[in-house]
Amino acid sequence: MKQSETKDHAGLAEDFIKDEERVNWHDGALWYIREKRDIASKQIPEWEQLREAASKIKSNVISNLHEYLLQFEANLTKNGIIVHWAQNAQEHNEIVYSILKAKEINQMVKSKSMLTEECHLNEYLGERGIDVINSDLGEYIQQIDNEPPSHIVLPCIHKRKEEIGELFHEHLGTEKGLSDPTLLTRVARKHLRNVFLTRRAALTGVNFAVAETGEYVVCTNEGNADMGAHLSEVQIASMGLEKIIPQKKHLGIFLRLLARSATGQPITIYSSHYKKPRKGQEMHLILVDAGRTRQLGRTDFRDSLKCIKCGGCMNTCPVYRKSGGLSYHNTISGPIGAILAPNLDMKKHADLPYASTLCGSCSNVCPVKINIHEQLYKWRQVIVKEGCAANTKALGMKAMAWTLSSPGTFTNAGKAGRWFLHNIPFVVNNKLNPWYKQRDMPEGPKESFAEWYAKNEPKR
Amino acid sequence: MFSLVKKSLNSAQSFMSSREKILEAVLKNQPQTTVLPDISMFKGDKNDIIQRYVDVFKTIGGSAFIVDNLDSVKDLINEHFDVTKRIVTTLPELSDSAELISATVDPHTYEDVELAVIRAPFSVAENGAVWLTDEYMGQRIIPYICQHLAIIITAESIVPTLHEAYEKIGLGSYGFGGFIGGPSKTADIEQALVLGAHGPLSMTVFILK
Repeated sequence: MKQSETKDHAGLAEDFIKDEERVNWHDGALWYIREKRDIASKQIPEWEQLREAASKIKSNVISNLHEYLLQFEANLTKNGIIVHWAQNAQEHNEIVYSILKAKEINQMVKSKSMLTEECHLNEYLGERGIDVINSDLGEYIQQIDNEPPSHIVLPCIHKRKEEIGELFHEHLGTEKGLSDPTLLTRVARKHLRNVFLTRRAALTGVNFAVAETGEYVVCTNEGNADMGAHLSEVQIASMGLEKIIPQKKHLGIFLRLLARSATGQPITIYSSHYKKPRKGQEMHLILVDAGRTRQLGRTDFRDSLKCIKCGGCMNTCPVYRKSGGLSYHNTISGPIGAILAPNLDMKKHADLPYASTLCGSCSNVCPVKINIHEQLYKWRQVIVKEGCAANTKALGMKAMAWTLSSPGTFTNAGKAGRWFLHNIPFVVNNKLNPWYKQRDMPEGPKESFAEWYAKNEPKR
Repeated sequence: MFSLVKKSLNSAQSFMSSREKILEAVLKNQPQTTVLPDISMFKGDKNDIIQRYVDVFKTIGGSAFIVDNLDSVKDLINEHFDVTKRIVTTLPELSDSAELISATVDPHTYEDVELAVIRAPFSVAENGAVWLTDEYMGQRIIPYICQHLAIIITAESIVPTLHEAYEKIGLGSYGFGGFIGGPSKTADIEQALVLGAHGPLSMTVFILK
């Protein structure tokens, strides 16, 4: 996979913003989806009550997860679905491999599953001679370009149609220069239909898992999960523990919120409820921990497990829109990714909670009311305390603490700053000052507020 | 001494299965129980429900016709679809012009279906979706593999929102069920909407008055 291991979010974002036209397009495309979300949500007068109910249901799930997992497992078994438990990515991948190996299957079709991306399942199976094809169009495009998805709902939103046309020319033999979205989609439809028809195994992700009935719901717009699953003799579903919901009727709440928050649609085109295997078919479900129980134990961060993966926080985030999902160097990018990733590897993802202005827009659109921006702020404190912050950040914080803790140094620092901006601006307007990149420094005010007030204070 | 205790604990843990280890970690880390909210107040409005359904369904790229009987459905099918190609149905009433779906043949054999005409027990006004179970589909693959999908519902079966829909569905005795809300679509290439991703290129709903 093309993925930079050495650069942090700021460094990767710097690469992304070099192409100004692309950044502006990316920014606008995502904001357009945010606007569609606003229109859709405003058509539901009880929208805020739905968010509140969804958040409370998810609180209940988090607080009763042990019982719900047992209930879900019992009902799955009753329905004839084989249940597996995996503590980490390695175990998950081994389970999938053993299921396929037992049936001597060496080709599998997969619908969208961020979890299996997180587990690097395709690479693991590939090394063992099993070929996996991602069938969601955006994920397919990312796969042939050997890149991870940049957005959980819109995997290749950072690509222009001409680039996709070039990829199709190279991999699917389309005419050079073809970039019309409809024509490219038709080519992929034809190619992937043949994939669906010839794969004996299909793997899907899970959007919601109902403890009460032992069924799981998969939402797609393309119909790819169903094309794979209903033509397969072995169907596998991979899910994180947190995808459980208590009762069937709760689906009404979550399905009303999910698509409207994600893309502004009233519902995803397909909301499929898988409960029992087809005659002659084998169904497996893998429950994956991979850090979720650890996050459950973090009081300040456990609410991140409420996430229903709508991507709403990404579409609204000014930093995400202008830096692109790949700059987060984590499967789940954007604000939600930045509060999930440090739990997985604090050192590696220490930069992500800083990829935010803390404006709070993410929390305002979140359909399950996760306090994302507050968690970003709290992660920063944990990261500095645990000694995982980058040196420049730690030094800067120390200098700031020193300046702000004494009125004398604060006044002098302000004076010095204004003097530099007025008299020798090139000292700050240069490449050594990271704040100056892509920005012009403001004109410094003539005096500070304290100085102004001292002069203008009404005489009593 | 402490390290010895720790060691024996670790080895005890290694005998535990992944399932037991995960469940133990969940139990240890989950916070104090909170109650489930009451969601019984969420309800939709039945006023003008047929027209609202039709309007929503059209905005998501579907076509809807209000018809009096199955003869009108047959006429509309003849008018709108290529009847020289393979048409399948679950309705015995349509068996003179369409092939009846077999629940037992290999699903791959439906690969070349042009149009599938099936009944749905109800649809949802707020989002245009119809609810189907494997019993209504004939075979699970049918509404996904066909090039065009046509659904027959009765006007009185339309419910306002998903809350009433799940009340109707209940726990359900199906093996597979699903909402389908329009033709398959994608906007993965530059956010340009394309109808007909992997599933049907079009979806039509006939509403029997």
